[in-house]
Amino acid sequence: MSDKYEHQLRKMISAVGEGRLSRRNFVRKMIAVGLTAPIASQLLTNSGIAVAQTPFKYAPTKRGGGGALKLLYWQGPTLLNPHFATGSKDQEGSRVFYEPLASWDGEGNLQAFLAAEIPSKENGGVAADNMSVTWKLKQGVKWHDGKPFTADDVVFNWEYVNDPATAAVSVGLYKDCTVEKIDTHTIKVVFKKPTPFWASAFVGFYGQIIPKHLFEDFRGAKSREAPTNLKPVGTGAFKYVDFKPGDILKAELNPDYHQQNKPHFDTLEIKGGGDAVSAARAVLQTGEYDFAWNMQVEDEILLKLEQGGKGRVDIVQGGNVEFIAINNTDPNVEVDGERSSLKTTHPTLSDKAVRQALNLLVDRNSVEKFIYGRTGKATAAFVNNPVRFRSAKTFEFNIEKANDILEKAGWVKGADGIRAKDGKKLKFLFQTSINAPRQKTQAIIKQACQKAGIDLELKSIVASVFFSSDVANPDTYPHFYADLEMFTTTQGQPDPEEFLRQFLTAEAATKDNKWQGRNLTRYRNPAFDEALKAASSELDPVKRAALLIKCNDIVIDDITVIPVLARPAVEAVANNLRCQLSSWDVLNYDNASWYREA
Amino acid sequence: MASQRVFSPWREAWRRFRRHRLAVFSLVLLAAIVFAVLFGKWLWPVAIDEIDFTARLARPSLAHPFGTDDLGQDLLARMIYGGRISLAVGLAAMLVALSVGTLVGAIAGMSRSWISGGLMWLTDLFLSLPSLPLLLLIIYLFREQLKAVFGLELGIFIMIVAVIGGLRWMPVARLVRAQFLSLREKEFVEAARALGASRFRQVTRHILPNALGPVIVAGTIDVAAAIIQESTLSFLGLGFPPDVPTWGRLLYDAKDYLDFAPHFALIPGAAIFLTVLSINFIGDGLRDALDPRRVQ
Amino acid sequence: MWNYLLRRILIAIPSLMGISLVLFIVLALAPGDPFSELTTNPNVPPEVAASLRAKFGLDDPILVRYWRWLLAMIHGDWGFSFASRVNVDQLILQRLPATLFVVGASQLLALAIAIPVGVIAASRPYSLFDQVANTFAFVGFSLPTFFTGLVLILVFSVQLDWLPFVFRSDIAATGWRWYWENVRQAIMPVSVLALFQASSMTRFVRSAVLDVIRLDYVTTARAKGLGEGVVIRKHVVRNALIPVVTLVALQMPAVFGGAIVTEQIFRVPGIGSLLITAILANDTPVVMSVTFVFACLVVLSNLIADILYGWLDPRIKFN
Repeated sequence: MSDKYEHQLRKMISAVGEGRLSRRNFVRKMIAVGLTAPIASQLLTNSGIAVAQTPFKYAPTKRGGGGALKLLYWQGPTLLNPHFATGSKDQEGSRVFYEPLASWDGEGNLQAFLAAEIPSKENGGVAADNMSVTWKLKQGVKWHDGKPFTADDVVFNWEYVNDPATAAVSVGLYKDCTVEKIDTHTIKVVFKKPTPFWASAFVGFYGQIIPKHLFEDFRGAKSREAPTNLKPVGTGAFKYVDFKPGDILKAELNPDYHQQNKPHFDTLEIKGGGDAVSAARAVLQTGEYDFAWNMQVEDEILLKLEQGGKGRVDIVQGGNVEFIAINNTDPNVEVDGERSSLKTTHPTLSDKAVRQALNLLVDRNSVEKFIYGRTGKATAAFVNNPVRFRSAKTFEFNIEKANDILEKAGWVKGADGIRAKDGKKLKFLFQTSINAPRQKTQAIIKQACQKAGIDLELKSIVASVFFSSDVANPDTYPHFYADLEMFTTTQGQPDPEEFLRQFLTAEAATKDNKWQGRNLTRYRNPAFDEALKAASSELDPVKRAALLIKCNDIVIDDITVIPVLARPAVEAVANNLRCQLSSWDVLNYDNASWYREA
Repeated sequence: MASQRVFSPWREAWRRFRRHRLAVFSLVLLAAIVFAVLFGKWLWPVAIDEIDFTARLARPSLAHPFGTDDLGQDLLARMIYGGRISLAVGLAAMLVALSVGTLVGAIAGMSRSWISGGLMWLTDLFLSLPSLPLLLLIIYLFREQLKAVFGLELGIFIMIVAVIGGLRWMPVARLVRAQFLSLREKEFVEAARALGASRFRQVTRHILPNALGPVIVAGTIDVAAAIIQESTLSFLGLGFPPDVPTWGRLLYDAKDYLDFAPHFALIPGAAIFLTVLSINFIGDGLRDALDPRRVQ
Repeated sequence: MWNYLLRRILIAIPSLMGISLVLFIVLALAPGDPFSELTTNPNVPPEVAASLRAKFGLDDPILVRYWRWLLAMIHGDWGFSFASRVNVDQLILQRLPATLFVVGASQLLALAIAIPVGVIAASRPYSLFDQVANTFAFVGFSLPTFFTGLVLILVFSVQLDWLPFVFRSDIAATGWRWYWENVRQAIMPVSVLALFQASSMTRFVRSAVLDVIRLDYVTTARAKGLGEGVVIRKHVVRNALIPVVTLVALQMPAVFGGAIVTEQIFRVPGIGSLLITAILANDTPVVMSVTFVFACLVVLSNLIADILYGWLDPRIKFN
């Protein structure tokens, strides 16, 4: 199977190289086979095909003069040290001041910030054996306090994060590499093993770099005491003015910013608090604000609010997927003090016919059309990028066919209308977090299941409990003490390898690992494990991509999850605001380039 | 001065109550609401969960006299179904809050020992507890047990009533205690004491009837508060599942559609208002009828 | 009297400690995890959350943690927020002005409406004024604040575009404009809260006055030929104030604690919104500090109320 993919990919890459296929079309085709845009563009980069210019044009011809940029976040940033940022709200806040070496733009291309250029095999930045990357740093960059930015700062960040006493949340990027200083403006990241996806350390939101001279004395146990945790001194386009956690963050133009003519806005503020709907009102209906973040609002409401005429809704494609996880183990039997134990198998869901039927009973199109609208695209794939997603795999909503499959598999309707076989009834507990669209989706699925003789008991758990890691609480999603559960899983890094680890046998959530394993469905398939393992050490980018696609297909063919919707990031933006957004990084990753049209 | 005919106190009260026109009207209104939610499902046999995307947020019409909600489900049927829960929760929680509050307040107001201090400490404690973490803790500790003992619906009902009542009795206790502190020193109570009335008799015959004013007001306000609070509980996973259309829940769901489908919010809002209104007027009638000072 | 006061204050200390212990236990046992956002993030290794838990002492037994909290509190150390890693007292001080302003103003407004309306309504029961006042009151407390707040936003911000609905703690203007902007942005949140408070307060005042107005001494005062206004002011209101004082005492802590729903709707950066964010994020040090200050105010306002009872009705004796 993977041979077929590989062959096609090689053909297409050479087509791009010879100019027969545009870069953009290539990316589009890659997405169609289940690759994310960043992976696709990395394929090209690794194959020696230059990065295309991003289509976003920055119009202003001088620095400043744009007035105030007012952003409204219904959850305001609570801290401004990127290495402590617990959620995206904090990453958004610190990104106003700090920058990484490079970031992923909306198309999935690497965009340089503090790097002088993007490393590649051609310019010698990426080692031929993928064992190291050399980054050249931009010259003449200054911190907001006037001190120069150098390689020492970059190396310091790696040390700072790797101190276990610091408990930095960004440690995932830095724990498997070492960082060396080559000269004042060159550093080298050395990996422990060949690393095909090399652009992680110092890239994206966890890659933001803090100044050595201000944090040097506040490492490890003392890290909380740094005054600059709350009053950041960065390299970004805006300088610190004022910050009240959870309420307001104010910044002003940095006159020494290292990019020409940027930024356009004289001041920037992020106001926090409230709820998503009223944030949308403040941008779309009254125009009090320019931008509202993370519009978790039903599209129907957004459409009505857009009639206010002050703003528009921007959809930013990413890798998040709303899906239904199917429990492979039995949630109703307790073994050694845990339910959903690996020692059990699910009495009814282990029958593939039942899973096939469920897959046919999820009316994705209606969920998209009537609940999520533009904010969710029906999908059949787990790894996907929504905008131009045309999967080879398709989904179907067909109650009759589901009935048929169940009938053939011997599940017969009883007097109560519920199908059963060998005394086992098709009754499932279906849980999710409390969130209006999810409850509506549950209602739609329940209705369809009823018509096929499957009874769903709906359960909804308050989000702060459902998404917690509380070992003692059986209602969390990793415990999965239910037959089915639905939520959105985020593909934070633009690489599906990490994302797909949630189906590895070794990652199964159990009592032993305090339910911190990421494999909730307790899916165990040696073929999958092998394919993912092969992908992680495969140096040939094309072969690797093919292996990752195979991983996605194994999971989907086995129906251990039912993907429902690909969920892009949704923002409300004032009509005259031009902004470049990316869901592979925080939304304001490039706020230096935002401008207001005259 | 007094009439020659001797009425029993209850008949006298009923006689006075009947003279209160608004109260009588409200009693009829409340009875009608109760009747509608109890028997409405036979008069309007429409499924509460029939999703119809073509009729989303439809204005009231013959097919849907109250219109439809955001999934195209019939609002009248949902109002009837949810009304039973809302009314029962509102009234039961009010009774719990009033009885606990009156009991605690009365004992604290009468006792001159450490019991008074202890009860006021308890009241202060309950006033200080942040309700959200407490509720989450209660769900976590008791939901499964209650479900196992009383079954799904009754278990949730008992828990909601206990929780709402258990978090709303403190103002009543404080009010009753304050009334008691003042009343227990009044001449007529002293007179009763001098005549050798037992403490229990002093309280039930002399003090409590005079302290009922604020209790009745608190009770009528608590009904409204409980109906609304029930809806917030369902967001915590404590109340009925979110797909059970209680009035408070419907009002909450409707709020984002207020500009483009006002009927969705107005109908549950009006239902809560009419219930509260009628209960309040009945309360007014009751207090006038039971007021021992009223001489006519 | 002073003796009594001193004793009450001395009793308050162990009773507050008792309350704080219960609060601490409830918060510690309540489900949830301050680092849940980390555990759902595939890029953050589980060791990070584990080491944070250890670093913040979350794995110790509850009583050990309580003892640590109590010792620190006695030394004036309120701890720091898990979410922002800022000292809790600093966070509270940042949030306090907005809450004092909005909730305080609304409480005053509510009293200013409720007392006269309640008294007038009760002195002419079942008059037209009484009926109208009652109906408004019923509307006031049968509609939740999330609803009235939204109606005001839709009318005054969206339709008429008169008032802003995002409350700001940092108005850029100076001088008169600063005051004007602050008043303008407070109009809606203050009215929502005041309407809600005033409506139930009116009913209580009305009922309290009705209780008194029919008593013999009032009739006597009238018989003495005193004007109706004097009778009401001097003889009725003072005696009807006991329940009102109780209610005000019950509401007083809220001036510090804020109004969660209203603050959320209008984005008032007050204690209420701090508390709800902290609760949802399981940021226990913040929740603990806010509720503990709240508890102190509850106890204090109860004490003040008791003293006021004695002043309003000299026959009330405490021993």
